[in-house]
Amino acid sequence: MRISYYPGCSLQGTAIEYDQSIKAVAKKLGIELVELPDWNCCGASSAHALDFTLAKNLAARNLALAQEQKLDLLVPCAACYSRLRAAKEEEGAPPPTKDDFQILNILELFNREEIIKKIASLIKNPLQGLKVVPYYGCLLVRPPRFTGAKNFENPKEMDNLLKLIGAEVVPWSYKTDCCGGSLILTQKDMVFRLVKKIFAQALAAGAEAMAVACPLCHSNLDTRQKEIAQGVDAAYEIPIFYISELIGLALGDNDSRRWWKKHFISPVKILEKRAVI
Amino acid sequence: MLTDKEEVWEEKKWRVQECYQCQKCSAGCPLALEMDLKPHQIIHLLALGQKERPLACRTIWICASCYTCSTRCPNDIDIAGVMDWLRQTAMKAGIKPAMAEVPLFHETFLSCLRSQGRVHELSLMAKYKLKTGRWFEDLKLGWHLWVKGKLKFWPGRVKNKKEIKELFLKIKN
Repeated sequence: MRISYYPGCSLQGTAIEYDQSIKAVAKKLGIELVELPDWNCCGASSAHALDFTLAKNLAARNLALAQEQKLDLLVPCAACYSRLRAAKEEEGAPPPTKDDFQILNILELFNREEIIKKIASLIKNPLQGLKVVPYYGCLLVRPPRFTGAKNFENPKEMDNLLKLIGAEVVPWSYKTDCCGGSLILTQKDMVFRLVKKIFAQALAAGAEAMAVACPLCHSNLDTRQKEIAQGVDAAYEIPIFYISELIGLALGDNDSRRWWKKHFISPVKILEKRAVI
Repeated sequence: MLTDKEEVWEEKKWRVQECYQCQKCSAGCPLALEMDLKPHQIIHLLALGQKERPLACRTIWICASCYTCSTRCPNDIDIAGVMDWLRQTAMKAGIKPAMAEVPLFHETFLSCLRSQGRVHELSLMAKYKLKTGRWFEDLKLGWHLWVKGKLKFWPGRVKNKKEIKELFLKIKN
């Protein structure tokens, strides 16, 4: 299977382990990722905050490049996914033709029937009931007019994948509550207040780890965890995994440690405790 | 400033008149507690033809564009879109933003984008910290990111940079 790949800016920098783990999993699943030639930055939240036309044009350039490839387009970053979907779904856009490609986030791709079957058949190292809360955040599911999400209050796509690879999916109420996103750079205190609530709910539900599919969520929950804990009584130690890292681990990737070395909160202790590694 | 005709059209597009103040937007907003005007209050002010307070408030800069409001509105009003529109209108009209560091960040982001077609995180951080005088904030974090190989040294760039520059020239201002 061939699919176009739009990494976006953060997968080349602060979310590099997301990129690496996706590529490793894709290889195992026989999915060929063809990086979109000469892709440009999607504009993230800054473009649509300051200019609708610029935001649309930045996305449109990428969509035109993708159209030439005639392949579906995988967009792992939730913000990039949101912006590209927005440009496609916006009113006034021409109706889709049969040559139109689909814009997929990582959960949509991995939940395709044939991919689920492939993952199930290739599991070498199931996660031994590791208690994971699936954290979707905002842009993977909202607004439904962009994402097409059927259940945007209680999505199940990440839950399905976690269950498939042997984790125990912990039900909790903060699946789609915002982490604050890019406000971390301008209004750190506000983000800390939001993230504290997310951690509190995850721990109350009995989580041993969290799974995410968004670079900014990962950054806010992982790189800032120790800093946030300084203002609270108990020290958090909740490893934050990209869903692709967990799938890679379950598929028996023999070098998944190289991904977690990039995390700020090490998952080694909990994985050893659960005899996953 | 927008002309009367444009203003009416813009507001018609957002359908703020259809709001019946159920307050579901403010109830679901994760940052409502931090805001001076709550989302439903902004919609109400706009429905009453009062733009000044919404354009000058902190709310539009605190909004994280999480789309919870737009998703839940029973009248399908795109409140998150209204927030974008207010941000853009405020900047175009030269109204002093109530939280200047937020639009400053966005402008820095876009200038990095314009120059390479992709955003080099290291450059963005450096530029933003310098502009805000927050030189020493997050240095430790930055160091750890660097040591872990999470900050790309060389900026990635779009080959067809001319196409990117043209996109910026096309915009209204």
